[in-house]
Amino acid sequence: MHVPDGFLDAPTSIATGVVAAAGVGLALRKARTELDDRTAPMAGLVAAFVFAGQMINFPVGAGTSGHLLGGALAAVLVGPWTAMLCISVVLLVQGLFMADGGLTALGTNITLMAIVGVVVGYGVFRLALGVLPRRPGSVPLAAAAGALVSVPAAASVFSLLFAIGGTADIAPAKVLTAMVGWHLVIGIGEAVITGLVVSAVIASRPDLVRGARGYAGRRSHLQSEGVGA
Amino acid sequence: MGAGHGHRLHFHGHSVVHRAPAHLKILVLLGFVLGVVATPREWYPVFGGYLALVLGVVVLARVPLRYLLPRMVIEVPFLLFAALVPFVAEGERIAVHVVGGWELSLSESGLLAAWGLVAKGTLGVLASLTLAATTEPAEVLRGLQRLRLPDLLVQIMGFMIRYLDVVTSDLARMLTAMRSRGVDPRSPRHWPALARTLGALFVRSYERGERVHLAMLSRGYDGRLPEEAR
Repeated sequence: MHVPDGFLDAPTSIATGVVAAAGVGLALRKARTELDDRTAPMAGLVAAFVFAGQMINFPVGAGTSGHLLGGALAAVLVGPWTAMLCISVVLLVQGLFMADGGLTALGTNITLMAIVGVVVGYGVFRLALGVLPRRPGSVPLAAAAGALVSVPAAASVFSLLFAIGGTADIAPAKVLTAMVGWHLVIGIGEAVITGLVVSAVIASRPDLVRGARGYAGRRSHLQSEGVGA
Repeated sequence: MGAGHGHRLHFHGHSVVHRAPAHLKILVLLGFVLGVVATPREWYPVFGGYLALVLGVVVLARVPLRYLLPRMVIEVPFLLFAALVPFVAEGERIAVHVVGGWELSLSESGLLAAWGLVAKGTLGVLASLTLAATTEPAEVLRGLQRLRLPDLLVQIMGFMIRYLDVVTSDLARMLTAMRSRGVDPRSPRHWPALARTLGALFVRSYERGERVHLAMLSRGYDGRLPEEAR
């Protein structure tokens, strides 16, 4: 999913770079409302967690594997703005130090995974929470729904970018079908793991799941007293 | 970076390339990859020139290719994609004979596109790895700061890099513990166990962040890092 250099032409890469810079700039300001002066260490550690989570591959079929993208997961756990920052920083570090994702494609990657992935993932999560019955068990389900939609959503935005500035002459419909079909499968894995992880965290430290505020409030007080020291 | 261990992707050295200011190296790298991406893919000799340029810098930095090449596996999935392009691209098709009397129908423009993808992608990966190999992570951060990347973003990157090895080896120990109990983390059958592991990893990372923040506050942190701590 990490777009390398040369996949999209220079104008498209620069345009997505501007979008990414604006998104990250906004997230930098808004994340302070979620974390205040804890932003730097907390977002840094959550970014390290997302990076570690992305190292786990799961089989997708036909001998290939996908890995967790973590946009929806991070958004549910720490809030959308912090999640946007964390995923952007993960992509920056991967691009600068590991050549995973091209530097000219950094804007594209941030736009797709940090902005589209998080916004869609969190939006669907909120919508699903509104529809599902109001009890703690609904939070992991809603998180899974967010993850399920966020991955193919990012894939379709990629297909759109590829139709505008792609460097290979492939029919846009073909790209869209292949990308969305493939990422639906990855999205299912993402959804199952996201839901299970959120439910595991709710079981032990519900106070740490930002998206579950107001759903599991009673247990949180006792738990954080006991483990937080 | 205070810790005594180097980063996995950094190759220690004292060459001209190692000593060059990080912000200049980042700018040169950005200019280079932008140039590569903007170059029309039919200009074959120019790509040869680019490759010679990168390899020249690698030689100047005395980073062995043995060190860089294994790290280039990062682009393998993408090379596989590039190999598919000639089969699915539009445009005029040409027949290519392969061993055993088989004939492949490939798109001509697709072949050209695949060449462009492979050439540009590989140059980008090689150039980025060269920056990483010749520049300490702390130096890269200082360079980014000098290039006016927002301070908060640089701080978050700094914390991520500082604790990356701690968190990933935390996960590695958890996975070892899972395997020793007969659980295969990759298998969907064992996803519930994997998810509990990841949940525990999140809680540990989050709590570590809280402790780091308290430790920083007790040392007078006011939203900015002191210069010598970077």
